[in-house]
Amino acid sequence: MTEVLIIGAGPAGLAAARAARRRGASVVVLDSSDQLGGQYWRHLPAERPSAREHTLHHHFRQFEALSRELDDDAGCRILRNAQVWAIEQGGGSGASATAGTLPGASAGPGTVHVLLGEPDGANRERLVFRPDRIVLATGAHDRTLPFPGWDLPGVFTGGAAQALAKGERIVVGDRVVVAGAGPFLLPVAAALAKTGSGVVGVFEASGAPALARGWLPRPWQLVSAGGKALELAGYVAGQLRHRIPYSTGRAVVAAHGTDRVEAVTIADVDADWVPIPGTRRRIAADAVCVSHGFTPRLELAIAAGCALSPERFVTVDDGQQTTVAGVYAAGEITGIGGVDLALAEGEVAGHVAAGGAASDPSVGGAVRRRRVFASFARRIEAAHGIRPGWPAMLESDTIVCRCEEVTYGRLCRVADSTASRSLRALKLSTRAGLGICQGRICGRSVEELLQARTGGLGDGSSTDRRPIAAPIRLGELAAGTTAHPDTYDLADEAKGTQ
Amino acid sequence: MSPRMLPAGDDPIRPAASTPVAITLDGERLEGIAGQSIAGVILASGQLGFRRTSAAGRPRGIFCGIGVCFDCMVEVDGARDVRACQRRAVDGNAVTTQHDALPVPPSSERGGSDD
Repeated sequence: MTEVLIIGAGPAGLAAARAARRRGASVVVLDSSDQLGGQYWRHLPAERPSAREHTLHHHFRQFEALSRELDDDAGCRILRNAQVWAIEQGGGSGASATAGTLPGASAGPGTVHVLLGEPDGANRERLVFRPDRIVLATGAHDRTLPFPGWDLPGVFTGGAAQALAKGERIVVGDRVVVAGAGPFLLPVAAALAKTGSGVVGVFEASGAPALARGWLPRPWQLVSAGGKALELAGYVAGQLRHRIPYSTGRAVVAAHGTDRVEAVTIADVDADWVPIPGTRRRIAADAVCVSHGFTPRLELAIAAGCALSPERFVTVDDGQQTTVAGVYAAGEITGIGGVDLALAEGEVAGHVAAGGAASDPSVGGAVRRRRVFASFARRIEAAHGIRPGWPAMLESDTIVCRCEEVTYGRLCRVADSTASRSLRALKLSTRAGLGICQGRICGRSVEELLQARTGGLGDGSSTDRRPIAAPIRLGELAAGTTAHPDTYDLADEAKGTQ
Repeated sequence: MSPRMLPAGDDPIRPAASTPVAITLDGERLEGIAGQSIAGVILASGQLGFRRTSAAGRPRGIFCGIGVCFDCMVEVDGARDVRACQRRAVDGNAVTTQHDALPVPPSSERGGSDD
């Protein structure tokens, strides 16, 4: 029986798991969280039941049915609190000295190294998988552009606002400003409002021309996208408008305060997102939620050897297979397109990984939905994609890399004085992207700023390359892998390493 | 105003009864409910910032909320570098804020304070 290992239990991963099971594969699903659903269906834990949680989510009944089906399925092993910290290409020649390797192990799509246990714990269990097929469904996280004061407590990403609202029921503030770019700002504002936060306004950086460029052409495509288009239109026309002002062509260009955010400055921005002089206005705020789109979580795909497109997404074929045989990708890592696209891609990926074909009638609906919602992804990029004028928001002393506290001024001075065009060298000399988050937050912005400053970067490296995809404590590394027969049930080769 | 937890009686999702948990943050007792993350308990207590950065000693709190930014690291029961947004609070957790001062290099500008 084909063993399919799925990494990520958001919409794409769950859809892949169900499809792979229906095609007859044995399935292992890994997720770093202790509950299924990913960031999209981020929900309250079992300890906090409620009668009407579904009102906070879209398609929540669908999620409940999907997760119940997989949970009840003996052929689908779900490992929660499972952090994949590395993937080695191929069947593994010397996975690690302590893990041991099977002599003569057949070349599979990769060796997957997993830490099982409480997040950032000290005594997690180390597991090694060598599945027949891997489906990567690792999703994306917010991209937040730097601006003066963005490191103050009280400035959150849009994703944090969602997670705190849906997964914690935390009221982040009474005067919350939502800002950035993209359709995601709308559900963020709605989730804040449903949690009792007061939202002062939603400020979308893209102006009317860009929004029209993205959303108005080929309206018949929006008709086929049905519910999603109505959902977005509904936010603007009804759900938000009554209580929350929504304005376009405006951005938060600074957050103010000493130990926490107390106010923000809002400015009109031009079509390239350059703040327009004379339009700055300061307003009181106790929280700011900012998102400028999403960055795919590519480290495992890169580690597995998958090629990326020029837009820096994982390249896949009609069957969602990456350029590495046996490695499939679905969801936001192949393009930012939202939940419907992720569900469709996941279904195709799981089905094909389990031995099916994208042309099989059983996944015809998913293939059709994939086409419809892929056009949605292009619209989002055309309407809300980051514009090149954003560095005009920065002051010399603005923090760009939060972890290493590298300022824009320092970044520019080091780039100028070293005259280097190597991203790797510039990272080492500026220290940008070398801190605890390993450039997850600042990486893309640092690359763009250095590109602009140096006139081009030459070494072809990328901040998305993180061979150690999650921190592992030295004690855990030294302890080696431990036997865990229950867990290894579906991973015969891994069991053989014990 | 400070962050807080939506009172159960005001919550439109109609939460069921919850189980209390208590943790300490730098010795101060914080009340929470089972299932909250450590970050959730701290935020619900009204505190936004709970870490000082290494170079400039600037305050930091929850930023990404989903385990990506590592800005919310705390020490939990003696284990350092735990992301408060990723760890569920367990009754009795002793949480300590982290400030890891850098060794001072002999002669170099560092960080943001000099710009």
